[in-house]
Amino acid sequence: MVRRVVVTGLGLVTPLGVGVETVWDNLLASKSGAGRIDHFETDDLACKIAAMIPRTDGRGGGGPDVPGSFDPDETLPKREQKRVDEFILFGIAASDEAIKDANLDFDKESAEAERIGVMFGSGIGGLQTTYEASIKLHEKGPRRLSPFMVPGMLINLAAGQISIRNGFKGPNHSVVTACATGAHAIGDAARMIERGDADVMVAGGCESSICRLGIASFVACRAMTTGYNDTPEKASRPYDKGRDGFLMGEGSGAIVLEEYEHAKARGAKIYAEFKGYGLSGDAYHITSPAPDGDGGYRAMRMALKNANLQPDDIQYVNAHGTSTPMGDEIEVKAVERLFGEAASNVAMSSTKSATGHLLGAAGAIEAVFSILAVRDQIAPPTLNLEDQSIETALDLVPLKAKKMKINVALSNSFGFGGTNASIIFAKPPESD
Amino acid sequence: MSDVLSRVTKMVVEHLDVEEDKVTEKANFIEDLGADSLDNVELVMAFEEEFDIEIPDDAAETIQTVGDAVSFITKATA
Repeated sequence: MVRRVVVTGLGLVTPLGVGVETVWDNLLASKSGAGRIDHFETDDLACKIAAMIPRTDGRGGGGPDVPGSFDPDETLPKREQKRVDEFILFGIAASDEAIKDANLDFDKESAEAERIGVMFGSGIGGLQTTYEASIKLHEKGPRRLSPFMVPGMLINLAAGQISIRNGFKGPNHSVVTACATGAHAIGDAARMIERGDADVMVAGGCESSICRLGIASFVACRAMTTGYNDTPEKASRPYDKGRDGFLMGEGSGAIVLEEYEHAKARGAKIYAEFKGYGLSGDAYHITSPAPDGDGGYRAMRMALKNANLQPDDIQYVNAHGTSTPMGDEIEVKAVERLFGEAASNVAMSSTKSATGHLLGAAGAIEAVFSILAVRDQIAPPTLNLEDQSIETALDLVPLKAKKMKINVALSNSFGFGGTNASIIFAKPPESD
Repeated sequence: MSDVLSRVTKMVVEHLDVEEDKVTEKANFIEDLGADSLDNVELVMAFEEEFDIEIPDDAAETIQTVGDAVSFITKATA
């Protein structure tokens, strides 16, 4: 018998705030998470802006009295905060919310704990921690390196921390596929449930690369926006003629995936069904997407086949759409190729226009947005899409969210190295 | 309280996030103050920095209690 997988918990820490409903409300209200970087020197950087999490300490436009601001003390005691890179802190915070939302109740000492696993990745890991340790090594020598440097920056330590914190003794795994990480983590986790390796998986991605090394390195790849330093909220503009590169974001998305009968038996709230997963490689270039978009097309096609659906079953696509000059149009063409005649009935938006590009966390937060689009029957908007650069039958949902019938949503994520992932969510089983 | 003891106490309170009254000379870092092996490594490094001394690895292994730390540091800085 095929084991079906459903979504029973969601968590978000993003530049639009902390908490699923806060973030979703801000997204639907066409708010932008972008701002000027002021926590490190940017005078010599071509890009001086990013989409930052609003924090209670004032960074990212947050504050102690600003709703939705991130307070690290609510996640970890100060002593432990110093021992983890921020990507881990964000991952713990988002997974805390998702786990609480799923209302998992189990005995940590029982065999049940062995049926709950974690699949949590990051595209880059502890960049700032590594940077600071490198400087310390250079200036003060090896004896001054902290014993917490390695466990503080390793990518799989987000999954490790989530497991330790919650007593999850099932599969503990981590994905590293650049900007496709979050989608791959969710897809792989679902496969583990389908195969019977676990009944529940906490899956997602987390990222914190808004630091000098992160910004400078992506600028060096010629991937980032550099022309909107004085109007940060205008910088991320997928499909618009004025786009000039991606805007970096930070944060984490987490979802609780659960075997359907397991969820039903405990009366869990079910947001959506995980329907399909496709993966592919471009076999083309380390940073540029293949111009024919064939890799993305094949990932979507595999996801559809896996879901046993036809293109016209899908109403909403959450695009990879990073606001780079080349990538956006390639994806539009690949999606048109997939949908054919049905393209005119499909809405496709890039929520990176509001959140910036969260790299390894992007696929995870966008999975949450796709699930909420199905729940609330609304497609979130593509901000700043004022002058579309490409003609398409797809509705790219410019500027404002669009109420519409959404039974099934597909989310795309593509990463450096030519790695592609597509995941599909549908209304919960037996909901019609 | 000696100067060394008061400085060590303050550092232990900060690093291990424990109440000051628990940090007695007899207190064992791992058994009484909730430290793990990595905390101990970090504490020893902090002592080296604070007191400008070098604590070799074999000596570090003998520093199990607050009192051990104080006596090593007192000798090393004498």
